[in-house]
Amino acid sequence: MPQPLPSRSVFGSLALISVVVAGAAAAFAYTAGWFSPRRLTPDKVVDAFTPPTGAPLGHRRNHAKGICFTGRFESNGGGSALSRAQVFTRGQYPALGRFNLGTADPNAPDATVRVRGMGLRISTPDGQEWRTAMVDPPFFPVSTPQAFYELLLASASKDASAMRTFSGAHPEIAAFGAWAKSAPWTGSYAENRFNGLNAFIFVDNSGAEHAVRWSLLPAAQPVPVSPDDLAKRGPNFLEEEIAERVRGGPLRWTMVVTVANPDDPTADPSKAWPEDRRAVDVGTLTVEEIQPERDGPCRDINFDPTVLPSGMRTSDDPFPAARSSVYAKSYDRRTAEAKDYPRTATGANP
Amino acid sequence: MIIRRRFTPLQRVLHWLMAVCILAMLFIGVGMVSTIMPKYLWLVSIHKPLGIAILVLALIRLSARLRFRAPPLPADLPEPMKLAARLSHYALYVLMIGMPLIGWAMLSAADYPIVLYGGVRLPAILPQSDSLHALLWGAHFYLAFLFFALILIHLAAALFHALVRKDGVFETMAPVPTHDEVAPAE
Repeated sequence: MPQPLPSRSVFGSLALISVVVAGAAAAFAYTAGWFSPRRLTPDKVVDAFTPPTGAPLGHRRNHAKGICFTGRFESNGGGSALSRAQVFTRGQYPALGRFNLGTADPNAPDATVRVRGMGLRISTPDGQEWRTAMVDPPFFPVSTPQAFYELLLASASKDASAMRTFSGAHPEIAAFGAWAKSAPWTGSYAENRFNGLNAFIFVDNSGAEHAVRWSLLPAAQPVPVSPDDLAKRGPNFLEEEIAERVRGGPLRWTMVVTVANPDDPTADPSKAWPEDRRAVDVGTLTVEEIQPERDGPCRDINFDPTVLPSGMRTSDDPFPAARSSVYAKSYDRRTAEAKDYPRTATGANP
Repeated sequence: MIIRRRFTPLQRVLHWLMAVCILAMLFIGVGMVSTIMPKYLWLVSIHKPLGIAILVLALIRLSARLRFRAPPLPADLPEPMKLAARLSHYALYVLMIGMPLIGWAMLSAADYPIVLYGGVRLPAILPQSDSLHALLWGAHFYLAFLFFALILIHLAAALFHALVRKDGVFETMAPVPTHDEVAPAE
């Protein structure tokens, strides 16, 4: 049975206990970032996408406007020399995707959005998935996730000098600006090339690693249309056009994997690799059916670019990790807001 | 009838092993959701298999607890403290088993593949559902802070028994080896 203790020893013990508990709590709070207001968190990045009209409740926080498709990826076996992932074994695998616009406004008129994208998920019989989210520019505007966050802040800033200051600190943005000005616009998602931009590592059957990027090249011939002409086509012309086009027959893209030379930069998606790099045609994506997003199968899929089958992994490119954390935050928010974006049909979700 | 003065060696090994795992898990959890750096992916890739490891260990530990029970608390321990000890241990068991299941269910409801290591995957335990995902995400997030708070209280109570009351309660779970596992009933 405990003996009565001298109070000085009790006081010392209680003080020790307090220090241990407070220290543990402080370490926890530090890890959570509560003492680091400057830490770039997924919440901050998601918040930075918020347009002046307010967050698009129930929708993706960026690339908020989109339309679902289903189809298949037909692998020609050519990719199996680069990666042991089953998706590169000759065969057909179901694909689910989403054509989208790089805007935080789900009601933006199609002709006002410069960047178009495609989210894609290919599933293989071994239970694995390859998810990717691609865009039509040939390189990313900036070199680092931190710079991208600063770009979001600068472009949303009311201060006219904010973008100038940003461009001074991040000169790589100039190439993207030139692309945005000069690259032709098209009247159809079917005519867009979609680029993965980020570098990933493919691991082949021998365990050898290859740094790669991938792109989808459209089978349809791009026909340039001026933005002014596009503006006359109605706010949702891209969605209407792609639905109409697919009703007339499936659409195809060739998946091309570009292999880096040993000295090519993999950590910076704003730097395209030279045109002469080895490009491997690994198969064909066929889009067979279009479904509206509201009740479509792509709506509740997070096209997280780090969901990769074994045989693929992330490289030293910091963007896939940043995108994964931010996409997850966007998903967490929009799934909690489903009442703001209700389905119109019941049982449409497979 | 035998009354153990200490937890069995199996229970003590499980306790201290899980203490390390769970603390690591909670720190990894709050760390990973507050960063967009490349370590995010590394932390997530530990969080998932470690969570499942904790679930398995917790189930083994629960059966060990049901089989071997716990040594009695000191007879002179005030009733409110006995009640607090009992309730907090129930809560800890519920969280040790519940948190990994909630995390697993949350990933299932989001239709994320649940990859433990390389090609080793777990099946979904729920269909995709916005409302379930939102509910489970909230539960996983807030219960993590409750879990950590309970662990701090547990730690403070253990040290209080060890340093202030010196009543042998800490020694029942002390990590040091011992030869007097079993004592006749008093």
